[in-house]
Amino acid sequence: MGSKFMAWIDDRFPATQLWKEHISEYYAPKNFNFWYFFGSLALFVLVNQLLTGIWLAMFFKPSAAEAFSSVEYIMRDVEWGWLIRYMHSTGASLFFIVVYLHMFRALLYGSYRQPRELLWIFGCLIYLVLMAEAFLGYVLPWGNMSYWGAQVIISLFGAIPGIGETLTTWIKGDFILADATLNRFFALHVVALPFVLVGLVIAHIMALHHVGSNNPDGIEIKKLKGEDGIPKDGIPFHPYYTVKDIFGTGVFLILFAAIVFFAPTFGGYFLEAPNFTPASQVVTPEHIVPVWYFTPFYAMLRAVPDKLGGVIIMGSAVLIMFVLPWLDRSAVKSVRYKGWIFKTALGIFAVSFVFLGYLGTQPPGEWRTIAARVGTIAYFLFFLLMPVYSKLDKTKPVPERVTE
Amino acid sequence: MSEQGVDAGKRRFLTTATAVAGGVGAAFVAVPFIKSWQPSARAKAAGAPVEVNISEIEPGAKVTVLWRGKPVWVLRRTDELLATLDEVSGELLDPESEKPQQPDYCQNQGRSIKPDVLVMISICTHLGCVPTFEVEPSPQTMDYPGFFCPCHGSKYDIAGRVYKGVPAPLNMPVPPHHYVSDDVIEIGVDPKSGGPA
Repeated sequence: MGSKFMAWIDDRFPATQLWKEHISEYYAPKNFNFWYFFGSLALFVLVNQLLTGIWLAMFFKPSAAEAFSSVEYIMRDVEWGWLIRYMHSTGASLFFIVVYLHMFRALLYGSYRQPRELLWIFGCLIYLVLMAEAFLGYVLPWGNMSYWGAQVIISLFGAIPGIGETLTTWIKGDFILADATLNRFFALHVVALPFVLVGLVIAHIMALHHVGSNNPDGIEIKKLKGEDGIPKDGIPFHPYYTVKDIFGTGVFLILFAAIVFFAPTFGGYFLEAPNFTPASQVVTPEHIVPVWYFTPFYAMLRAVPDKLGGVIIMGSAVLIMFVLPWLDRSAVKSVRYKGWIFKTALGIFAVSFVFLGYLGTQPPGEWRTIAARVGTIAYFLFFLLMPVYSKLDKTKPVPERVTE
Repeated sequence: MSEQGVDAGKRRFLTTATAVAGGVGAAFVAVPFIKSWQPSARAKAAGAPVEVNISEIEPGAKVTVLWRGKPVWVLRRTDELLATLDEVSGELLDPESEKPQQPDYCQNQGRSIKPDVLVMISICTHLGCVPTFEVEPSPQTMDYPGFFCPCHGSKYDIAGRVYKGVPAPLNMPVPPHHYVSDDVIEIGVDPKSGGPA
């Protein structure tokens, strides 16, 4: 009866075909390692954000007068409201941890290289929208850090010559950061950007399944197929990788629960202390810092002594990622077969990014400003010099088949 | 389907014409969506410029008006008060007003368009209290005339420039303003020509 029912469905909707194409007969390289957990985890966190977000929207009031107290209402009066909110706020930070590791995986194994350029670009767009989504979400509780953080970020647009002032007023919908701003940020955060995000994720996965997954060896498994037309080094995503990903999700959930239950503010890194006081137009927090996932870019912004220059550097730091597929001229994809120059460059890059992230959480000071400048230069040189050093680098021969 | 007798040129023309007409329509439809983000009539009314007639202010006195929900002082400084600007400059954090706490046309010693008339948002840059105006300073507060914040003891000179060694980090902000006539100031609008008007 089941098969008859499925036949009825399949005549009208390609359910079985979709299942096979993307799950049961999607052949992924058999040598995925630890780094390959983070794609499916990102999807998992996205679902968490959507689900908890919909529930929060049921209790949150998007007005300057009521936003802060409605969040407190969720925390104190709504049954289990505190859990739903902490799942959402913790999920936001973990989303970035997972996405940063996912992106680093791509850097390690050259997953951005031909034919995966569009896959990479969709990924960069997801990252960009994710940053916008996180920023808008951070404004909604209308705490004092929400208010002044938004003030700082919106004023960045004011640095654009000529139209800056007009643009910031347009974004705010008022001459000061006010009710109108909060109201539109709510609409963007819960309706517009989630649509864009989900659409981009679908495009990302479609592109992935079209070109096939890369792997730690950077070998195209489609080049070597058996008589049955299946890549010799491929295994079906289901059950092999669904089982692997369920295990990864289990470990992730242990960490997630530990933070939600024992350290939801994470020492002021996930939820900052000044945000537990309501927004005030006249009282500025002593030290305005963005949430940790923006701090590398914030450090770059502050490293430049000129406002417009800082904004340009910060924007370029994100945009330069988009052209990465065309900067890498190495003969091989994976770091396993690249030489010492690339490995050193990637190491310096990773260290400077993390170090910039640390500097962004600290107040600027003499040595810190210098350090942030050095870090910013290192960050950009990784990209700008890549066409040169990736070509100079001595690579090792890539094997025919993936290694265990 | 037969392609015979198809006028390809006409088809291309019609396709292009439809696309152009559709594109123009879409551009027009975008206008209300973009414009709706501008400050609403309510926000504009609340943020409207405020006029002050300075001929009604005694030299050495100030009036307070509300602009965009914040208290703005209009102070007429006497020559004696202005003379203190030079005397205190060594004790100030930002004597040249290099931090962007005022419009370009007020980046001068007195932080004003006309030397005697100071227009300033009177909110302490530390934690938002309203400082007191000390025309005849007492030894408990400060040595020269200026503004003293009763909350945490921040001190400002008679141009709102902050002293060194007090909690406030910045000079008090000067809002955009211009002279409609010799006696009337409009607060909230820059001078038309950019320079002192």
